[in-house]
Amino acid sequence: MNYINLLKIAKNALMRNKFRAFLTMLGIIIGVASVIAMLAIGQGSKKSIQDQMSSMGSNLVFIMPGSQQRGGVMMGNSSSQSLRMEDLEAIRLNCENISAVSPEVRTSGQVVFGNENWPTSIYGANTEYLGIKKFTIESGRIFTEKEISSLAKVCLVGKTIVEKIFPKGVDPIGQTIRFKNIPMKIIGILGEKGENSFGQDQDDLMIAPYTTVQRRFLAIDFIQGIYTSAVSEEKTEAAIAEMKTIMRKQHKIAKPEDDDFRVMSQSELVKTFSSISDILTTLLGAIAGISLLVGGIGIMNIMYVSVTERTREIGLRMSIGGKGRDILMQFLIESTMLSVVGGVIGILFGYLISSVVGTLMGWPVVIMTESVVVSFFVCSAIGIFFGWYPAKKAASLNPIDALRYE
Amino acid sequence: MENTIIEVINLKKDFQVGDMTVHALKGVNLKIQKGEFVAIMGASGSGKSTMLNILGCLDKPSAGDYKLDGISVSELNKNELAELRNAKLGFVFQSYNLLSRTSALENVELPLFYNNKVTSRERKERAIAALESVGLADRMHHMPNQLSGGQQQRVAIARSLVNDPVVILADEATGNLDTRTSYEIMELFQRLNTDRGKTIVFVTHEADIARLTSRNIIFRDGWVVKEQLVEEKLLASYMLKTLPVGEHEA
Repeated sequence: MNYINLLKIAKNALMRNKFRAFLTMLGIIIGVASVIAMLAIGQGSKKSIQDQMSSMGSNLVFIMPGSQQRGGVMMGNSSSQSLRMEDLEAIRLNCENISAVSPEVRTSGQVVFGNENWPTSIYGANTEYLGIKKFTIESGRIFTEKEISSLAKVCLVGKTIVEKIFPKGVDPIGQTIRFKNIPMKIIGILGEKGENSFGQDQDDLMIAPYTTVQRRFLAIDFIQGIYTSAVSEEKTEAAIAEMKTIMRKQHKIAKPEDDDFRVMSQSELVKTFSSISDILTTLLGAIAGISLLVGGIGIMNIMYVSVTERTREIGLRMSIGGKGRDILMQFLIESTMLSVVGGVIGILFGYLISSVVGTLMGWPVVIMTESVVVSFFVCSAIGIFFGWYPAKKAASLNPIDALRYE
Repeated sequence: MENTIIEVINLKKDFQVGDMTVHALKGVNLKIQKGEFVAIMGASGSGKSTMLNILGCLDKPSAGDYKLDGISVSELNKNELAELRNAKLGFVFQSYNLLSRTSALENVELPLFYNNKVTSRERKERAIAALESVGLADRMHHMPNQLSGGQQQRVAIARSLVNDPVVILADEATGNLDTRTSYEIMELFQRLNTDRGKTIVFVTHEADIARLTSRNIIFRDGWVVKEQLVEEKLLASYMLKTLPVGEHEA
């Protein structure tokens, strides 16, 4: 049997019932389109989390105060005063796997300029902080070591603050703003970072010397966090281990479970959030996969009905010289055509839905070539798999019975 | 001897129905020569349908031999039977068996789809020629539901002609048609027989249809009980003229 003829026969048979063929394909179309769109959405969210995380510095390693016991009473993490500048100096001296280190102290309050005011946070840090947290300076300068030691009332501000409290046309650099009633001179403006994936505005902040924030705003002598940059992303694990050792030595802690600090890294956070979005992707993909399966069963159902309905046609084809194999191939090609054409349309729809979701809802979408290729092959396989049984049934018909079938 | 197209020798066919064995054909002998127009007659249960199935290579005999155009059919497997049907036989059925929503032309082309040697161009040309020979050149692109019963049967006849078979097997081909249309179809068969020398085996239970053929073979209870030449073969075209002028189309 000539395969071109078989293709024509199958095509003609499908074209005789266009609407039914379309409805049958619809199951596959929806299945494939949803697989592609769902995976694109899942993958998009994963990628955007990863991008955001690494924009915060993928080699970021930081120490936060942990719970500690004071006279038999467990203290909460936030009230802990366990981190001190001595710890930071010890890390700077002894830790080989880091390239920069900065303390962090922070508080929030209202910032005022002229008639305008805005709620924001101030972060106290040293000069290395900008590099660690991947901030840039758009104009102006960072504070100096001298300004740190002198508790200078200078600060850098993010774009959001500039927009909220400064009238147009006023250059903020050199202006004095008030934060918690203390006048602060603006010496630099930070480059724009936008929102992170949790919707937090990364431009709504002020950065000042840590000494200024410690003494003038908080009146404390401890620090709230130590931020470091590992020399490379691969070295973060080593850096974490090193820091833990140094910190335990500093705090005279014998057992790890007594730690009064926590060392975390950005790459760990990335992993955590990636695994969440992996679960999401798997879940979405599985649901879409089920709809693809249902589409396949739809094909089987229609082909099965079609074999019964076309029994006379099968008998006729056999009587004029169609062999069992020809009939088998015809029905198999019909079901495969349905699923493959449906698959192609589904892929187009998948792209369409993904881009609509991407533009209308602003969700990040990443269409994976693998998901397109895999769903195409899966739906071809579905056509063959679910078409096999009805086709076999058609081919095994006895031509005499089939011809007389009422 | 070389003019014998169909030769059936002591042919038997048994069917197993539950515990019982039904002897549908009990030892049939018959010969059909090239160019004959034979009617196979008999009541239902006489074995004529079983005979037609075997003659049409749709079924194999339990015993005995059947030679079609010199080929011994009993020894062939399913696929070889299919090839034989495609090459040597043309079928015309009582209920036309046309594919719905498929043009007359495509219906006629159908047997050639199962023949690898025929190109798509040749297929179309032969289908057109076959339709012309049954007088439906102007209805080529009509769907079966746009054609009358007689026209549908003509399409089916064109389909049976398109592979240039050695025998045309017609199974109650006029059974679904009114008298006038029946005669028109018979006229077409007679023309194919006399003008083009086609061998036709026509199964029917209507005596007046059988009188339009040249020889009648009568079956009863699995035996051939009577074989007779039609003495005064009637022309269907003459019979048409005897009918009262009706409302029917030409």
